[in-house]
Amino acid sequence: MGRTLAEKVWDDHVVRRAEGEPDLLFIDLHLLHEVTSPQAFDGLRQAGRPVRRLDLTIATEDHNTPTLDIDKPIADPVSRAQLETLRKNCADFGVRLHPLGDVEQGVVHVVGPQLGLTQPGTTVVCGDSHTSTHGAFGALAFGIGTSQVEHVLATQTLPLARPKTMAITVEGELPDEVTAKDLILAIIARIGTGGGQGYILEYRGSAIEKLSMEARMTICNMSIEAGARAGMIAPDATTFDYLKGRDHAPEGEDWDAAVAYWNTLRSDDDAVFDAEVVIDAAELAPFVTWGTNPGQGAPLSANVPDPASYEDASERHAAEKALEYMGLTAGQALRDISVDTVFVGSCTNGRIEDLRNAASILDGRKVADGVRMLVVPGSVRVALQAVSEGLDKVFTEAGAEWRHAGCSMCLGMNPDQLAPGERSASTSNRNFEGRQGKGGRTHLVSPQVAAATAVLGHLASPADLSDARTPAGVR
Amino acid sequence: MEAFTTHTGRAVPLRRSNVDTDQIIPAHWLKKVTRDGFEDGLFEAWRKDENFVLNRPERQGASVLVAGPDFGTGSSREHAVWALQNFGFKAVVSSRFADIFRGNSLKNGLLTVVLEQKVVDALWELTEADPTAEVTVDLEARQVRAEGITADFELDENARWRLLNGLDDISLTLQNEADIAAYEASRPAFKPRTIAA
Repeated sequence: MGRTLAEKVWDDHVVRRAEGEPDLLFIDLHLLHEVTSPQAFDGLRQAGRPVRRLDLTIATEDHNTPTLDIDKPIADPVSRAQLETLRKNCADFGVRLHPLGDVEQGVVHVVGPQLGLTQPGTTVVCGDSHTSTHGAFGALAFGIGTSQVEHVLATQTLPLARPKTMAITVEGELPDEVTAKDLILAIIARIGTGGGQGYILEYRGSAIEKLSMEARMTICNMSIEAGARAGMIAPDATTFDYLKGRDHAPEGEDWDAAVAYWNTLRSDDDAVFDAEVVIDAAELAPFVTWGTNPGQGAPLSANVPDPASYEDASERHAAEKALEYMGLTAGQALRDISVDTVFVGSCTNGRIEDLRNAASILDGRKVADGVRMLVVPGSVRVALQAVSEGLDKVFTEAGAEWRHAGCSMCLGMNPDQLAPGERSASTSNRNFEGRQGKGGRTHLVSPQVAAATAVLGHLASPADLSDARTPAGVR
Repeated sequence: MEAFTTHTGRAVPLRRSNVDTDQIIPAHWLKKVTRDGFEDGLFEAWRKDENFVLNRPERQGASVLVAGPDFGTGSSREHAVWALQNFGFKAVVSSRFADIFRGNSLKNGLLTVVLEQKVVDALWELTEADPTAEVTVDLEARQVRAEGITADFELDENARWRLLNGLDDISLTLQNEADIAAYEASRPAFKPRTIAA
């Protein structure tokens, strides 16, 4: 019987397999950041263990880093202490670190791919649930807890039971205005926040094959929001073109050997998935969330649902709680929801294409009065590229704030937060209660919807912008 | 890790689904660099409401959390497990847990017990009607018992063995040093490296 992509990558990393035990899996790349690593390094110290493979380990600072005044000391002493702890740990153990101010600093899931470290057929872990992002390259990539971070630092392996596999097959053409973000939000709404629990998802089909690498990363990034262990997309020419020439991509004979291997990384025709979901791309539309988990979403043209319409008692109760927290009324048109803040950034939508997409809408337009718009590039490299294309000027001329790289308002560990009761349209990945600041209300959207919403002051898609404008032309 | 064999204690019925780890421990608590001191951050936003179940006087000292489906979704933060343990919880019951949360729990000796929703409903009804009702989570027998309720649960034998004996995963793995070294020697040259070896 044939094997799925996930099964092939899994099998290629089994260090030890024994009856009645989880497989011991080798980890090719371990990404670290300041939030989930300090207790792991402490554990190593207590046990007198070194980092086994410094050459497969890399750290960056992202969750706590400010996006303003980065040349000044960090105001919050606890954030500063956490960053200093990472710096000390990396220095003590010899781990490569890209700290705040370094040209390679940025959100860990933006940095790995742009350095060319994330490669097809690798296993990638990080103490961060959005590690699923790296699956866009045909890597098996998943988030782990701090105990597992310590385990990987000490052994470069993890004991794991093999998850089941689920195919998410998306055929056809995505309509104009429909982005990867809309697609993944629609998938999560369809299967639910627990629908992928126990599975590795493989996104496939003609609509997926046409997506750019960055769009594929947006999709795989949010696999965790459907409860999945990981999400993967089979590598192809798009993947190889993206990787070629990057700092850590193979070269010469190694490149040829790598491509030969990478070409084998697709699910066999006779592979059997444990489950499959089929989606018709043509039926999709711009999608936004109305509730407090990423599965509570609907097309932008829809209304806020009536909790009474849910048959399942638990879902009904969850919808009631969500509307109460979000300050919404059943039946209200989603387009009528006004926002205070628009956030463009995060490991979901903080890459150069995302910034280009948002800028193309904002070019020649203005952010609505009373709306604050933050644009936070996913990494310093993304920021530099955006500046070289003049995107920063487009944002600032429109009235948006152009910030330094980091996780920022996706989770508000730094000063970028919503005030209680404030409402955002956010290109990030989680609309949980208080996620972007205590009492903050989050609507998850694509970069295009974020930009159109900023201009109109209420949830909107670019097609709602009928105003005349005088684009300076995004360069 | 502390071993877990069996535990009996009063319960906290938490009638909410999709309790994400941002609710269990909000992000600003994640700046701490220790594994302890998280008890005050547990369900911090909800505890501002004096009627929230965890604040009720009759729930003080309870040690078994009985939650709705999809408990522990979202962020991988192990701080969520530490917060529950720091507060005094020994076991969490739900009809479905998020994978990463469950893995983190088992690494720390916090037992996550998967029971059918109808059993969870019965535990809710029992412990809401009688806050002094005790719930026993017996890992040796893989069984949850309370007045009028006996329910078996599943946990794979390897995880159970590690919990019962409080075994350290890293030490277990390092017993396979020869296998790891052999695998490392066989890795292709084209695999990425962050620094020159």
